[in-house]
Amino acid sequence: MDDFVDGLSEVTCDVLVIGGGTAGPMAALKAKQKNPALNVVLLEKANVKRSGAISMGMDGLNNAVVPGYATPEQYTKEITIANDGIVDQAPVFKYAARCYDIIQELDRFGIRFQKDANGDFDLKKVHHLGTYVLPMPNGETVKKALYRQLKRERILISNRIMATRLLTAKDGRIAGAVAVNTRTAEFLVLRAKTVILCMGAAGRLGLPHSGYLFGTYENPTNSGDGYAMAYHAGAALANLECYQINPLIKDYNGPACAYVAGPFGAYTANAEGKRFIESDCWSGQMMQEFYNELQSGKGPVFLKLNHLHPDTVGEIADILHRVERPSRGRFHEARGTDYRERMIEMHISEIGFCSGHSASGVFVDEYARTTVSGLYAAGDMASVPHNYMLGAFTNGAVAGEHAAEVAQEIDLPDYDADFVRLERERILAPTRRTDGIPPNQLEYKARRLVNDYLQPPKVTARMQIGQARLAEVREDFDMALVARNAHELLRALEVSSILDCADMAAHASLYRTESRWGLYHNRVDYPEKDDENWFCHTLLRKVDGRMVSEKRAIQPYIVPIETEERTAYERLRVSNQA
Amino acid sequence: MPLALSPTAVPVVVDEAKCIADKGCTVCVDVCPLDVLRISDLTSKAYMKFDECWYCMPCETDCPTGAVTVNIPYLLR
Ligand SMILES: Cc1cc2nc3c(=O)[nH]c(=O)nc-3n(C[C@H](O)[C@H](O)[C@H](O)COP(=O)(O)OP(=O)(O)OC[C@H]3O[C@@H](n4cnc5c(N)ncnc54)[C@H](O)[C@@H]3O)c2cc1C
Ligand code: SF4
Ligand code: SF4
Repeated sequence: MDDFVDGLSEVTCDVLVIGGGTAGPMAALKAKQKNPALNVVLLEKANVKRSGAISMGMDGLNNAVVPGYATPEQYTKEITIANDGIVDQAPVFKYAARCYDIIQELDRFGIRFQKDANGDFDLKKVHHLGTYVLPMPNGETVKKALYRQLKRERILISNRIMATRLLTAKDGRIAGAVAVNTRTAEFLVLRAKTVILCMGAAGRLGLPHSGYLFGTYENPTNSGDGYAMAYHAGAALANLECYQINPLIKDYNGPACAYVAGPFGAYTANAEGKRFIESDCWSGQMMQEFYNELQSGKGPVFLKLNHLHPDTVGEIADILHRVERPSRGRFHEARGTDYRERMIEMHISEIGFCSGHSASGVFVDEYARTTVSGLYAAGDMASVPHNYMLGAFTNGAVAGEHAAEVAQEIDLPDYDADFVRLERERILAPTRRTDGIPPNQLEYKARRLVNDYLQPPKVTARMQIGQARLAEVREDFDMALVARNAHELLRALEVSSILDCADMAAHASLYRTESRWGLYHNRVDYPEKDDENWFCHTLLRKVDGRMVSEKRAIQPYIVPIETEERTAYERLRVSNQA
Repeated sequence: MPLALSPTAVPVVVDEAKCIADKGCTVCVDVCPLDVLRISDLTSKAYMKFDECWYCMPCETDCPTGAVTVNIPYLLR
């Protein structure tokens, strides 16, 4: 294993799904169910059995819009406000209206959700305004249940294959993708009529404070390949300056408070043990308050459980140590932290792109269509904001169904053989060198520069220096990067995506000359929100080989927002503390 | 630029007495999302080849003999 094998093969299918984490399996299932005659291929860099953010399952389903608890109108309103109004409501509303079906379907798959004595779904309130969190008592079984369905529908799964670029036809339509076997470096051309990108967040952009390259909040397989591929194919990417930054346990990349411990009475506190935010639900505004407290004389910030009954703490620990990030218990044990006695130190995560948790993603409409014909995106990498795991499932389903409908109507597009030849050369270049800079060093440097220059608070001159320094690293990538085996080549190709994402982060952040979304886009030299000029989306894309950004008007709201409602998320700080 | 070898203490440990890779098992290698485990040519047992771990635990959870222990990487401990 890991030795280079010289190989090139071509595969043809109708619908190609790239990324078998959360959205991908659902997209593949729905495409196949829509038309069982179609040939559906699911491509995965890791192994679908245990890949993606939900590798070890999850403790709760966000954001569930369940009759009796919330309506699609309420949810659409909440997300519009949480995202500072920069929302096309159609995809959010469509998600909200569809997701209850998907919950019931997942329940039938054997992923059981918490129910009350009457057998009705039993949700918890975490968000500022509405109730949308549905606990999953057997959350660790999610991936197994999905895998069973994939086998049943006879979806063709290709594991340990990393997609690197998309293929387009002369008329601009999508024509497939190219990929590399991560254990042999064999090259693969996948021709398809429609392609669905489900490659998760860009989670390996910033460097965790620990300095450990793989200690990221996101599953580090999600190195931003999807963002880079969409960019190079000419698709538009929306609001990339609206970074993902999350509150985590210090040094351990597990989330903590809001969604699990919060409903039991735990909360985020300062060093005095006092609450400083009204709602622990994640948003840019919440992160700004978190950051302010962290930097203040009352910092650092803690997760507080030690006021709860010991049995309650036991119940919380049982959930936290079983699913999602189950090595968490070992981390605390090694440090001698007992939740019952001491508050747990928290910190903020590295930066990334993610729509699941914020709003930075490949632009999609309510059918999960990108701006490239035949190309779809769903899950964390698609621009539907704040849609978490249930968003990945639901929009994956939407994408799968639409992509199947289109694929059955069209012929297989031709692709450009020259492009494939050049891409193969690009990929294999680091394997042709015997001497140079290994991928781990290049990655460390790139991500250290991202931290030094691109993370908020954002300053114009600093970001410009960052661009120049990152350009030097890119030159090293092109001229000196060496990969001695297929595994190192996998890491090298991931660095290529990381560099692309870093460039996009800088470009998008410089373009929006205002501050918005709390900490996510806190531009120190443009400290005010400027609705007059910037109440709009920004779209970034590649035009004639160059990165350009433009404004895009927000589609007229379907659900109107009252003026006083608009600012609800700006009033998160506990009032007697201000 | 010649390459040096920098030692690193890996977080995942395999109990060779329990590991049945020599009987054909490759479960931990198959499931690891980061693809950092391998079967050793020398010992025919599983081991952590690359220090690129998310300490996520599928390897430990899915091992049929309980041979794998996931520790927290030293830098985070
Ligand atoms: C630690 C953590 C806790 C969370 N907690 C919750 C929670 O409690 N509730 C909730 O609702 N949501 C939660 N979320 C969010 C939720 O899990 C995600 O929004 C959702 O799973 C994203 O699904 P996805 O399909 O977009 O990405 P993923 O499930 O991450 O899948 C992406 C897949 O793409 C593959 N891939 C990447 N690059 C390539 C490539 N080049 N070629 C081929 N394949 C590739 C990856 O290997 C991966 O399998 C959490 C997320 C994290 C990280
Ligand atoms: S899963 Fe367990 S028994 Fe199988 S190879 Fe890995 S360590 Fe050995
Ligand atoms: S803990 Fe996760 S990343 Fe580390 S070796 Fe095990 S499966 Fe792989």
